[in-house]
Amino acid sequence: MMESFFVNIKVLTLQCLGPWIPDWAEVLLSMKISMLAIAVLGPLTMMYLTLWERKIIARMQNRIGPNRVGKFGLLQPVADGIKMLTKENIVPQNADKWLHLLAPIAILVPSLLLFSVIPFGRKMTAVDLNVGLLFFIAISSTTTISIFMASWASRNKYSLLGGMRSVAQMISYEIPMVLSVVPVILIAGTLSTNSIVEAQGGFHGLNWFVWTPWGFAGFLMFFLCGTAEVNRSPFDLPEAESELVAGFHTEYSGMKFALFYMAEFMNCFTVSGLAAALFLGGWQGPSVLPSWLWFMIKTYLLIFVMFWFRGTLPRFRVDQLMGFAWKFLLPLSLINILTAGLWYYIPGSAMRFSVTALIVLISFWIFSKLNSNYTQEKRTYVLAE
Amino acid sequence: MLFGSGIIQGMLVTLKNFFASYFRKADQGGLFTVEYPEKRIVLREHYRNLPVLIYDESPDEPRCVACDICAKECPPKCITVERAVDANGKPLKKPSSFSIDAAICMNCGICEEVCPFDSIFMDKDFEVATADSNKNMLLTLPDLLRSNEYLKKIRPEDAARIEAKKAAKARPAQPVQEPGAGAP
Repeated sequence: MMESFFVNIKVLTLQCLGPWIPDWAEVLLSMKISMLAIAVLGPLTMMYLTLWERKIIARMQNRIGPNRVGKFGLLQPVADGIKMLTKENIVPQNADKWLHLLAPIAILVPSLLLFSVIPFGRKMTAVDLNVGLLFFIAISSTTTISIFMASWASRNKYSLLGGMRSVAQMISYEIPMVLSVVPVILIAGTLSTNSIVEAQGGFHGLNWFVWTPWGFAGFLMFFLCGTAEVNRSPFDLPEAESELVAGFHTEYSGMKFALFYMAEFMNCFTVSGLAAALFLGGWQGPSVLPSWLWFMIKTYLLIFVMFWFRGTLPRFRVDQLMGFAWKFLLPLSLINILTAGLWYYIPGSAMRFSVTALIVLISFWIFSKLNSNYTQEKRTYVLAE
Repeated sequence: MLFGSGIIQGMLVTLKNFFASYFRKADQGGLFTVEYPEKRIVLREHYRNLPVLIYDESPDEPRCVACDICAKECPPKCITVERAVDANGKPLKKPSSFSIDAAICMNCGICEEVCPFDSIFMDKDFEVATADSNKNMLLTLPDLLRSNEYLKKIRPEDAARIEAKKAAKARPAQPVQEPGAGAP
């Protein structure tokens, strides 16, 4: 019953309306229902993620967090939304007016599109593309263009600095992100997000890729790169409050600013959702809970980790950020592809597990050592007698 | 980068705080916020803000005898006392007007210390903000008068000490042990 609750709602709606509308309208309606669900789910998720983030970070800092508007502050997102909508829209005098207007709209489109390939549950992928993963990676990287558009249109040096950092960061982290996904594609043999989740179904739905050495390493790398991709702390250099005012959205106010925020939080959800789908088994799990609930639990757990990062870690320096991507994640992700290949060809589960785990651990150790800061050895000076 | 162990340690610190905020008491690392308008910290005995005058039976008979000592000792000179006179022009042992300029008062509590008749006391009312800060700054006699019950409520220790002193005075034959010199 609960398992296919949302699917049943859709089927029931179509059956009720079926006799009264032509066939082509029924097909269209079937698509529209999925689209509507996403269009509602996206902003709604974003609204409550902002509240949840504030609550979690407050608790980590021994504060209470917002609790004045409504019970437990549950109406806080609504109050924020009204505030944002009624705020004055300020456009700088020398700004490129059209680009300035387009950037917040353009950044929202990919964020919403990404929801379409996320497998929310059994038979609950809105558009089950056979190149879903490729679609995700391709679309998610286009947010960079919108961010750069916003920073360029603002005619503000801080904005532009933020935009430049954003481009550099996205290009750097895109590569290890894609490479860390390759092992999953190799083992699952498909690019469809839904099929990848189905490939992790063995052993009561607990045969997740994260339990394998390459999956574990890949998961960590993918999640870190994903955090960098959505500009969240500690990778939030494009909007570094303490350095660049607000980075690329310095010159934005009111609803335009809110759209940037919405895109950020929606990306945060989709990246966590994809990480859960690729490595944590997505909607797979023991059948005590419905599949979509498994997916939501995993996704929100990962989002919690993102908030946890933000509550803990200070921002990277630019050179550390670049060094981490190019000198640590990139070689590790390349070795991880090799590991996945070995996993495929070595027979015997104990044998292949120990071999691949050894390779991952040794390479992790080597790259940690190579990347460690040079510290001068301690010298003791003995004065001549 | 020492295998990221420092990062994991830091993450554990914040996670510990996160769970402590739900399950621990304030003195064990939990939340120590007191949500002010609904919950309040109990004020100490000698918390002080703005003086009040105490009467025993009726507001017409305050303890104050208009001796003017408080007005003389007041460092910023915010107290003005006028002695009342009867129909024949004979001075009475009570004030006709007693005013404190709240804009000048610095809440030092010296008036309370020097008062020989236990008449003037520092109040604990700190929520005195108003929309118009220029109005009603001069507190007159009706604004200042409070009953002895009010004193017992806000300053139980001091009120008890004064009661004991009065009882001892009323029965001079039996020497009652004076309670230790209470802090003003």
